[in-house]
Amino acid sequence: MSTSLTQKLTATAASPASAGRGRGAGRRTDPGTIALGSRRARPAYVALAPYFLLFAIFSAIPIGFTMFLAFTDWRGIGDWNLVGLTNFGYLLEDPLFWKALSNTLILWVMTTIPCLTLATLVALGLNSAVRFSTVYRVAYLVPNITSLVAMGILFSSIFSSNFGIVNALLNSVGLESVRWLQSEWGIKVAISTLSAWSFVGYNAMIILAGLQSVEKQVYEAAQLDGAGPVRTFFSITVPMLRPIIMFITIMSTIGSLQSFTEAQVMTSSQGGGASSAGGVGNSGLTLVLYFYSVAFQENRYGYGATIAWGVMVVVILFTIINWVATRERSR
Amino acid sequence: MTTTSAPESSRLTSPAAGVTARRRRRPPVRRSVGRLLRHLLLAAGALLSFFPFYWMFVLSTHRSAAIYEFPPPLLPGDRFRENFESVMSTINVWAAMANTLLVAVTVTFFVLLIDSLAAFAFAKFSFPGKRILFLVVMLTFLLPSQLATIPQFLMMTELGWVGELKAVIVPSLAGAFGVFWLRQFFQNSVRTELIEAATIDGCGFFRQYLHVALPSARPALAFLGIFTFIGSWNDFMWPLIVLNDPSRLTLQVALSQLQTTHGTDYGMLMMSALIAVVPLIIVFIIGAKQFIDGITEGALK
Repeated sequence: MSTSLTQKLTATAASPASAGRGRGAGRRTDPGTIALGSRRARPAYVALAPYFLLFAIFSAIPIGFTMFLAFTDWRGIGDWNLVGLTNFGYLLEDPLFWKALSNTLILWVMTTIPCLTLATLVALGLNSAVRFSTVYRVAYLVPNITSLVAMGILFSSIFSSNFGIVNALLNSVGLESVRWLQSEWGIKVAISTLSAWSFVGYNAMIILAGLQSVEKQVYEAAQLDGAGPVRTFFSITVPMLRPIIMFITIMSTIGSLQSFTEAQVMTSSQGGGASSAGGVGNSGLTLVLYFYSVAFQENRYGYGATIAWGVMVVVILFTIINWVATRERSR
Repeated sequence: MTTTSAPESSRLTSPAAGVTARRRRRPPVRRSVGRLLRHLLLAAGALLSFFPFYWMFVLSTHRSAAIYEFPPPLLPGDRFRENFESVMSTINVWAAMANTLLVAVTVTFFVLLIDSLAAFAFAKFSFPGKRILFLVVMLTFLLPSQLATIPQFLMMTELGWVGELKAVIVPSLAGAFGVFWLRQFFQNSVRTELIEAATIDGCGFFRQYLHVALPSARPALAFLGIFTFIGSWNDFMWPLIVLNDPSRLTLQVALSQLQTTHGTDYGMLMMSALIAVVPLIIVFIIGAKQFIDGITEGALK
């Protein structure tokens, strides 16, 4: 092309240098990028098109439609009516929704705290033990990559009342069997054990990366100042890990608030429908499992859409809480 | 800014150096006891982490009645073949596995293609509307996927796709995570000067993408590929909603149906779970290094 040289010259002049210049230039061009005017930007738009086309069809439009559905009483077949805020009023007074919300929050605490504590310990161990580190990493990560359906089935047997290995262990030390899968707290222990087990390795790898990014000079300086290992951990390692802790707390929270598979698989043998979802006394009913039962087992699409909005509010609320909590302390 | 290899190597050497400097002060006996203790704890944790897989294997080699025995069997039994044959005669495992493989491979290929194109445009070029478009990508991270599920299902019903694999494949052909992830990588490791030089040589956008961006992004693409493949292989809720034809199920849905219909036949159930898990473990062990590096880099940038 004949214009390529001038293009090149304008591009270099505009790209890295313009970052610090006037506001007008900075707003248009990010540092380290090549500025494309509206005429030459066509290939960039073509490159973005497939992503945004799929996004529009399978995310944006459906999300808009979910908002609309939440104001209707549609059940999949037959007529539907606009019912105003009825669904939202019903949601606020729906004992099952609150049950699901409280279960989800309890499971979140029961999963995240042991999971992140164990992950920190594993990461600290791996940070100093150099030998076999790849073997350890693989062993700790394998639970994270395996199917939760298969593992849910396995954990159902591990926690089974009649023959589970957990009860066998309890019996062998003289304790009574617990009906894990059929009791209010038992099912929560079973579900959160599965979730925590599958995510310890993943979180440990992230914390490990954070640990290894702390400059060794910082540790050497602390040693010269006479700081012991405990002091070093709390005064240097923990503050340096703050961004990592924030990252994994938020990611674990978003994941945990939307957990579905563990609860679905471990309580599915106990009948269908929303009222019996989540096992005995709805003890294992999570928000997303409730959403699934209402929308796809009872075909109450209007109310299901309302629950989906409820899930979104909870997720965003807790993300903000987490973000503020982990950020405030760093100051 | 620089290539990724430099910080990676310094990350690997720094803790080791720090450790030896710290250890030099301690008496040698205490040091080796501490090291032994640490290895013991780590090994115990790794065993605990791996035990469920072993237990799954043990159960899959016993008669279903064996797990009602007390104490439960801790060693493999002799019913491996019987349980395997019983799975084969109950569900079409090979078809389910082929379906899952087809879904996972197709989804992975298109996610890599579509996300890398978008990520390249976002990482290396400025154009009108870029900020808003990228904000849209980031927002989809926060929004729970359930917000789109019901209308997606209605859409599939309208299209007549319910029960078919394309209902699982098509909605997941692009992902916000991949765009975000690859954009980071392109920004940090593809030098803008290289692309400018390619422009001078008369290379357009797509040839720059093909010949400059993609070759240098191989590690990032490998991680995203493994990540997407595993996610797609294990995907459960959406396939459970749209797949209802017994001859066209993914492994996860087939497993969950087997659990509801044959919930008491534990030997067979564990065998089928084992079959669903083993291929993925193989994929993981092949790509373990890339995957582990990928996880840790995502957190750091």
